[in-house]
Amino acid sequence: MEQHAVEQHGKARPAVPTPEPAVLDVVVTTMSSDSHTWNLVFLQLLLEELGHRVTNLGACVPDELLVAECRRIEPDLIVLSSVNGHGFHDGLRLIGALRACPELAGTATVIGGKLGISGPGDPARQRELLAAGFDGVFEEGGSVVDFRSFLAALPASPRSLPTGSGALR
Amino acid sequence: MTGPGSAPDAGARPGFGDFVARARAAGELVVQPRMGMADPLRMRDGLIATRHADAVTVGTLTLDSYTRTGDLAAARRALADGVGLNGYPIATHSTDTTRAVLRGVAGARFPVQVRHGSAKPEHIVRALLAAGLDATEGGPVSYCLPYSRTPLREAVDHWRRSCELLASAAESGARPHLETFGGCLMGQLCPPSLLIAVSVLEALFFRQHGLRGISLSYAQQADPRQDEEALTVLGRLAAELLPDVDHHVVLYAYMGVFPRTPGGARLLLEDAARLAVRAGAARLIVKTTAEAHRIPTVAENVRALETAAAAAADERARQRRTPGDAHALGDPRTPGDPRTAGDPRTPGDPRTAGDPRTPPGPDRTGAEDTGIEAEARALIGAVLALDADVGRALVRAFAAGHLDVPYCLHPDNAGRARSSLGPDGRLHWSSVGSMPIAGLADGGPRPPILGSTGLLSALSHVRRAYDTRASARPPTPPDLPSSAHTPPVPLPRTTSTPRRELGLTTP
Ligand code: B12
Repeated sequence: MEQHAVEQHGKARPAVPTPEPAVLDVVVTTMSSDSHTWNLVFLQLLLEELGHRVTNLGACVPDELLVAECRRIEPDLIVLSSVNGHGFHDGLRLIGALRACPELAGTATVIGGKLGISGPGDPARQRELLAAGFDGVFEEGGSVVDFRSFLAALPASPRSLPTGSGALR
Repeated sequence: MTGPGSAPDAGARPGFGDFVARARAAGELVVQPRMGMADPLRMRDGLIATRHADAVTVGTLTLDSYTRTGDLAAARRALADGVGLNGYPIATHSTDTTRAVLRGVAGARFPVQVRHGSAKPEHIVRALLAAGLDATEGGPVSYCLPYSRTPLREAVDHWRRSCELLASAAESGARPHLETFGGCLMGQLCPPSLLIAVSVLEALFFRQHGLRGISLSYAQQADPRQDEEALTVLGRLAAELLPDVDHHVVLYAYMGVFPRTPGGARLLLEDAARLAVRAGAARLIVKTTAEAHRIPTVAENVRALETAAAAAADERARQRRTPGDAHALGDPRTPGDPRTAGDPRTPGDPRTAGDPRTPPGPDRTGAEDTGIEAEARALIGAVLALDADVGRALVRAFAAGHLDVPYCLHPDNAGRARSSLGPDGRLHWSSVGSMPIAGLADGGPRPPILGSTGLLSALSHVRRAYDTRASARPPTPPDLPSSAHTPPVPLPRTTSTPRRELGLTTP
């Protein structure tokens, strides 16, 4: 069995800087054209282990559904993950739709994965996504480490709305 | 491979399956790329390069994600804006364009298959038929659960109509071919018995809806012995349940998280090719050294084809030297062997597939038996017992959790089954959920994969193992398979150049 540092799913809490970090309501999702889901399962587990509440929207999420779910849940954080190579363009389209909703105009929203078809390391792509309204862009490499620092810096949740259960039952 | 009673119809044009059958008869493994780019000229160059590779090849048009999900407006916009797509948008380029891509390249000597990933593929089947093609792949389960959020019931309807559409090409003298994707599902961490069961059930679905040329897939996992057992079982069940259908087994080189290093990727591909030869698969779909990073180039694909062909030839030579060593070679029931089709244990009746009176027992071939066959038979039997219509049976089976794909998020998947990965790479069940296979495999339930770190570690087992093996090897020139010492000359634009292909007249 391959089993390292992490214990029971949802139970493990890493050594964290005090004060206790915020508990966030997080939507984990991919975009309409992308059917990859191992990335989503991984991100859900990671966020839950850090104590956050996750709604995982699953594969090929249409724009309208994604926006509607985010408006309904009003999460503290939206995590877009895409690896099929269309993420950059799908992400640019989506961030516009999300930011156009008054409830979501200021919601922390990040994107990550493999966002183009020619490999990582295109700083122009990152800049364009940030300029379009994303609060963080995490492409490959050390993306998960950076993402954890980003999470730790997010402000505490003003609400404690329990979200719907994630898709991993 | 052609079973009794399914000799090629007089006058029918030889198709994809006939090409593979001829190669098999000649002792050659057919190798095929996953290849698709948006630009028609580059796509054509890719096909030409595939055809001219030093290997027995068939060609591929891999479609982009917008076309797969039916978002043709997005595909059109992407083409107009010159945005990079992850495949060839066959339903957006005009029929004339696709015909021009194929002209003088695709044909009986070089069949081309369309690979997509669509739960609702009618537009794709229509487009490929219009372009003069008749080979594709997928399935009502395998292109729904891992590829969409379409309800399974709807995917079954779409796939029924698509099968009928594809099968109708036979009326104009073609021999259409459809390959199951059921042997892959999520690409990794699915125990082999479920992959085999879904592959066989999808093949039965295809047959029910008129297809007579079918291939059954299985994807390389993390332990060659387990894979060999699985492929042997798949071939046996296919021969038994599809005796009246021209069929072969196709192996996919590893479909999970790929080694990062070119050396590791190459070793993994070579192992896939060796496995295909040992276990009697007729065709191998390759992966490239770019797999872990990005969409591969044409050159990377050609190198992968040649690497795989060289490894397959090497394995065949090794078998000839030490025939006793390769039990699968001496196995008279090698998958797809014409001799197996006439000698099924339970002739042609799918309902007896899960018959408890045919327990696994000691394997007659000498191949290992860890219970894969017993599990696969139990799954297939349980599904077929639900309804005479395979599609309805599949829908009911998933609703009842009789089939349950580990880690699949699709709403119609029960999501109670979980898998486990041994340190040796073997896949086991840690929980079978409501699948009727409890206690059938050796050893009982194993510890589950836990947490994000455990999951990532299990998903990367193969990557780690092969990257480590590659770094332990004496250094070889980076990214150059033995056959690639020829200078990078421009690819010929014509198709008259001789290649290692099987002529129409080869018996
Ligand atoms: C498994 C797999 C599949 C399975 C997926 C099953 C499923 N439902 O998930 C199957 C076989 C079905 C599949 C299908 C396809 N695939 Co695929 N697939 C892979 C493969 C082999 C592994 C991906 C994986 O599961 N990784 C495990 C997870 C945990 O890791 P990850 O996804 O890489 O994510 C990590 C990081 O990127 C990061 N991360 C991801 N998102 C985010 C977000 C944030 C915010 C942060 C912080 C971090 C982060 O965290 C993860 C852990 O490190 C990769 C290649 C590889 N990596 O080896 C190709 C790959 C991703 N697939 C690819 C493609 C193109 C496709 C297809 C479109 C087919 C095609 N044209 O070739 C279809 C998808 C159809 C569609 N509608 O999109 C390409 C993408 C090309 C690119 N981006 O340049 C890849 C890279 C293969 C290749 N080289 O061509 N695939």
